[in-house]
Amino acid sequence: MAGAAAVGAAGQPVAVMLDVNVAQKQVAARNGPRTVIADLRFTLERDEIVALVGPSGCGKTTLLRVIGGLDTHFDGRIAWADGVTPRIGTVFQEPRLLPWRTVRQNIALVHPPDPAAAEALLELLGLAPYGDLYPPALSLGMARRAAIARAFAVQPALLLLDEPFVSLDPAMAEQGRTVLATAWRTRQCAALLVTHDLAEAMSLADRILLLSAGPARVVREIVVPEGSRRRGIAEGARVAAAFT
Amino acid sequence: MLARPGHATLLRLLSVRRLIEVCLGSFRLGWTARLVPIMVLLAGWELAARLIGSRLFPPASTVMAALRHEAVSGSLAHNLGITLARVACAFTVAMVLGTALGVAMGRWRWVDRALDSLVTGLLNLPALVGIVLIYVWFGLSEATAIASVALNKLPSTAVTVREGARALDQGLIDMAHSFRMGRGAVLRHVVLPQLYPYLFGAARSGLALIWKIVLVAELLGRSDGVGFQIQVYFQLFDVTGILAYTLAFIVVVQVIEWLVLQPLERRANQWR
Repeated sequence: MAGAAAVGAAGQPVAVMLDVNVAQKQVAARNGPRTVIADLRFTLERDEIVALVGPSGCGKTTLLRVIGGLDTHFDGRIAWADGVTPRIGTVFQEPRLLPWRTVRQNIALVHPPDPAAAEALLELLGLAPYGDLYPPALSLGMARRAAIARAFAVQPALLLLDEPFVSLDPAMAEQGRTVLATAWRTRQCAALLVTHDLAEAMSLADRILLLSAGPARVVREIVVPEGSRRRGIAEGARVAAAFT
Repeated sequence: MLARPGHATLLRLLSVRRLIEVCLGSFRLGWTARLVPIMVLLAGWELAARLIGSRLFPPASTVMAALRHEAVSGSLAHNLGITLARVACAFTVAMVLGTALGVAMGRWRWVDRALDSLVTGLLNLPALVGIVLIYVWFGLSEATAIASVALNKLPSTAVTVREGARALDQGLIDMAHSFRMGRGAVLRHVVLPQLYPYLFGAARSGLALIWKIVLVAELLGRSDGVGFQIQVYFQLFDVTGILAYTLAFIVVVQVIEWLVLQPLERRANQWR
């Protein structure tokens, strides 16, 4: 099913923005180096949202670090269309806001190309009343939202999301996904979403890559049916159930 | 039934607290709370000295008079000023170089390995030895006096800041890199705020240390400054003069603590 619908990069080379080919990535462990990614390949099109789903500790976060350029010690190639790394906005697993700067200052510090648009983003994500608070005064859900606002503020061509809603209660997580989908509708960009929750992946992504555990490689590709995309977690769970 | 006595006790406790709060109301005005113990100390000193009546333990009023005399003659301002200038120079050199060294040692293991024993050695070198050797090797001058004092503070700044640099949150630094923040911005907004507690710790203990060591350096190799004056009074067995300069000195240090260090620290900790 997935194979037939796989987006053939060769067929439409113009639309591909990112070609990932990680032959091997090792990390230092207590008993010598451990291979966390092996022979992992996929492509990403412009404005396409791809979810990377796999068990915890399978190397998803490492893969995002490699793609984001934070980790350059690996065998393989991260090839961007035009050969230039595009503007990337990252939402880490923890919000990673600077606690000594207010929410507004945190966003200003990543140099949004359009400060007025950044302010509109705060409004859109329901953060405007909290803009002058320091992050320690925010709830985790709010801080996550601020981290999403910061990533969108740079007007990225690619968004890297690393389990952006982990450890939130279901209601807060759903609210977070709604916020994300809202931001997406107004500012289109490609995105790589790392999650271990297939229903979440189904509710947000266009295409899903299932990864195997250690070392990570793509074991299956699922294209989310057009009509079920971004219809909330209930629809996501329904589609996910059909695939498992 | 059970809740009632508890409730009454709580109310009584609250009212007692309230009473104490009202009584201590004036003490809550920071300055009063700070000044009262000092006044008590001065009064006790005055009384004790008058009872003992020795030339070697003059009362507070005599010391104040001597202080006034020194102030009027202008020598207090000159000596305090020059000592203060030396303290400022040595402090700045020790903090800047010590911080740079500490950050380098905290971030790069090979720097830490290479310099660790040297820093530990310097940390344990008696202040007097460092001052004497630098004077002997490089001559008696303003620069060598300042350098010898800075050398005494530098290793402890480095060791304190190294702890801070080791504790830096790599997640925030990664975040800054992923958003392509420049080097200067990373330093100013990400690294330094994490180092502030360590820097304030180093500054406070450093100031205390440098005050003490500057006097030794002055006593051994300068012909002015508080250290030099104390040496002169020591030779004359003039305890009044020694205490007058000590007092002036303590006041200046307190004023710096209140007017410079504490407000800076408050500003840096605003977000907490």
